This record gives sequence, structure tokens and C-alpha cells, in this order.
Amino acid sequence: MNIPTDLRYTKTHEWVRLEADGTVSVGITHHAQDLLGDMVFVENPTVGRQLAQNEECAVVESVKAAADVYAPVAGEVVAVNDAVEAAPESLNKDPYGSWMFRLKPNNPSDLEGLLDAAGYQALVASEGH
Amino acid sequence: MSAVTATDRNPITAPMQQTPLNAKHRELNAKLVDFAGWEMPLHYGSQIEEHHAVRRAAGMFDVSHMLVVDVRGEAARPYLRRLLANDVAKLTTTGRALYSCMLHEGGGVIDDLIVYFLREEWFRLVVNAGCADKDLAWMEEQREAHAPGLDIIPRRDLAMIAVQGPLAGEKLWAAMPGTRSLTEPLKPFSAVTVGDMFIARTGYTGEDGFEVMLPGRAAPFFWQALLEAGVKPCGLGARDTLRLEAGMNLYGQDMDERVTPFESGLAWTVDLNDPAREFIGRDALLRLPRTRQMVGLILLDKGVLRAHQKVHTAHGEGEITSGGYSPTLDASIALARVPVAVALGDEVGVMVRDRTLRARVVKYPFVRNGKPLI
Repeated sequence: MNIPTDLRYTKTHEWVRLEADGTVSVGITHHAQDLLGDMVFVENPTVGRQLAQNEECAVVESVKAAADVYAPVAGEVVAVNDAVEAAPESLNKDPYGSWMFRLKPNNPSDLEGLLDAAGYQALVASEGH
Repeated sequence: MSAVTATDRNPITAPMQQTPLNAKHRELNAKLVDFAGWEMPLHYGSQIEEHHAVRRAAGMFDVSHMLVVDVRGEAARPYLRRLLANDVAKLTTTGRALYSCMLHEGGGVIDDLIVYFLREEWFRLVVNAGCADKDLAWMEEQREAHAPGLDIIPRRDLAMIAVQGPLAGEKLWAAMPGTRSLTEPLKPFSAVTVGDMFIARTGYTGEDGFEVMLPGRAAPFFWQALLEAGVKPCGLGARDTLRLEAGMNLYGQDMDERVTPFESGLAWTVDLNDPAREFIGRDALLRLPRTRQMVGLILLDKGVLRAHQKVHTAHGEGEITSGGYSPTLDASIALARVPVAVALGDEVGVMVRDRTLRARVVKYPFVRNGKPLI
């Protein structure tokens, strides 16, 4: 199981990276893409949209199923990655290199409430996958 | 992230059954899932690569969960002429096969199957794994009333491997040179016995290929020989996208006991030619109004069509029965049951989450022998 230690995680299988400019990049974990299989469609939120924490804001679809992606923290969408919409398979090939959207968090301290790598590892183990 | 739809949900509490190839799947790191109570490979890494392998070269599927049922006895032919909506009177040459629905009295589909003619007192059916128990019960019930001397023999001793793709023959003959002389001349929908193997030129992918029934204990060796000949192992995931592109129905999804073959794009499998043949479901089929039809859809907007999405047409509402991403077309396609007034070329609206996406009504199959038809 590939769970980088420099990232934060959600219980709903998003990963979160704090960037140097204070924004956060969001993607889906290696475990998430493994559960879903080959990705064929990505729909990101629009830039400028205000998101509440845990709000449904993006959709990924694989050959097998559609899945919602949730905002890990409250904030404004400041960028979306068009490259993953054009090539959804990048979520399979390089899940941690393929950010989907970036948020400017309303409360940077919200990040501290997210799981660290060990916490996420434990969550995946407890789900029995 | 959370899954909002899934295609492999099947809450079975009993332990899953395994095919004779289970250890082979594990060696190949297959992702195993519960399918109709069987532990089956969903994929071995990438479903899309497996799909392309079948369209462009050759792939193989473990379909040993399907049940082979031999029907033997003097009454076999009249029994099957009553049991099946297609007419086995057409089967007069050894090895010839027919696709048919088995209906209940109300015209609904109990199962779809392939029936092979081996000889006058011996027919062989291949039925869906998820329907096997009810099929056997139904067949036995019909036997008690109409053909008490008949033997209905479930062949759980047999495994089945489907080798599919433009290079299927070449690879099969490389793996098993002794099969070539008998299988190379086989026409589609015909089969031949080679030693303890029964090899049919049939499949569920829209490509050339063979379905090989053989003793379970021999299956791992045959699988290994095919693997070494360069045949790519493929899971149920690729099997589903291949059959959808090929416009082939999936039982339980595109049809079930609540719909007739006429509403399921299967009118061509109902043989009404012999007015004296009173097959089960015939009266209902002739009596019931035909209000719905099966059509193909191709999505014009971005997204993915899925089973159970609602379809809005100028003539009323319909529903997608199977939908997904087509790797060959790089587009989303679907089979949908819609009002009969809907015509080819119509634009319809499909409800995907909170939005209506545009789709075009098209003729299916979408892909045949590696070539897009859309």
C-alpha cells in the first residue's frame, strides 16, 4: 500500500498536500484508485467555488463505478487540473502526482484535523481491503 | 471519495464457490470478487488493457461458473422445443448450436442460454451461473409433467475457458496443436468434441473465438498452455465492456423474468414459424402489447452512462439497462429500454446525477470483429 508520509488524508480516501503558498492540493489515494479500477472520467469543481468541509465537489468514474470526491477542508477552489480531466488514467498511474483541484483553506488549522499517513493506514486496514 | 454505484455488489453470506482455476487467478494477482456466489477475477491489473487485448489479439476468460447441463433421452428434442423460445428443430447437424431464451408462462425471461446438438438423444445447454439453481428446478418441473424419462444432468465436473479475439484460433492451435484439424473448419455457433474437450466457436465478445468445456482437473493445464502461447488472462470487467460493445444482453441486467424477449432486443431468438409448437410463454408473447424496445445509446456529452439511469424521450420515459465506457470507441455507450416510438437518430436526455446529458439513439452492436460500427 502506497501512503506517502508527507501528505494528509481523509476518511473518504482523498489525499491533501499543503503547498508553499498556503493552498492545498487534493487528489484520490492509491487505495481509492485501486478499489475503483481504470479511471475513465473526471469532473472537477469550477474555480472560484466556495466549498464547505466534506462537501461533494468532484466526481471520478472508473470502468466499474462512479464516486464522489469531497472537500477535505472548507475553502475556495483556486485551481483545477485540466490534465487529469483530459487523461483520467493518470489517477491510476500516478495517484499522488495527479492532483485534481487546489483549495485556499478558510481555516488553515482545519488541516490538523485530517489523518496522517499512519492514521490513514489504520483506516484502510480496518476497512478490511 | 465514496462509491455511489457499483456493479459487483452481491451480498452473499455463504462462502463463495471457486472454479478449478482459482489458484491460477491468485498466481496472476487477479482482483477477485463475488459474482453470483462465485469467487471470480474482475481483472488482473487493467480492465482496459484486457479489453483491447481481446479486440486486437487474444484473451481468455474463466467462465467455469456457468453451468453445463446435458439433456439426454428419447424425449430430448420435443422437450426442448417446448422449453425454449427458439426452436431446436433447426439443430440437425452434430455440434450445431442455438442461442435461446427460456421463458415462463407469462413470457418473461427465466434465463438465456446456448443449446448444442450432440446427437439425437443428447443436447447440451450452457446457462448463467446466477440462474443455474432456478433453471434446474424449472427444467425438472417441466420434465415431471412432460418428459418423465428424460435425464437432466448438471455437469459441475466441467470447467469452461473462453479464448477470444482475432488471434484466438492461432493461439489455441499453438497451445494445443492436436485441436487444429477439427476446430479450424468450425463455423460460428458450432462445436466439436476433441478427446475430453468440447470446443465451440462461440463467445460473448463480438470477436472470433472458442469456448472450451473440459474436465475441471485438466483446466489448469490448458489455462497454462494458453498463457504460455501468449493469451492474455481477462476478467469479468473486460467481459462486460466487450459484450456491451458487441450489443449482447446480460441476464439480470438487460432482461429478467419481468420482461419479454421482444422488449429486450431478442425477437430474433423467438421462433414462431411452426404454429403447432406450443413453447412455454408463446401465448403471452402473442397476446401482450409491445410498448417498449431495446435501443443503443451513445453519449454526446461528457460522462459515463450507467444501468438504471432514466432516459427522457419525446415519447415517454425509458431506462438504461447496461451502460459504461467503451474502450474501443473511447465514448460512453448503453443499452436502454425505451418506448417503441423512439427512432434511430433521435436525441434523448439521460439523467446522470443532477443533470440531463444528451445521447443519440443508435443501432447496436457498437463494435464487431474489432471494428467500430457507430
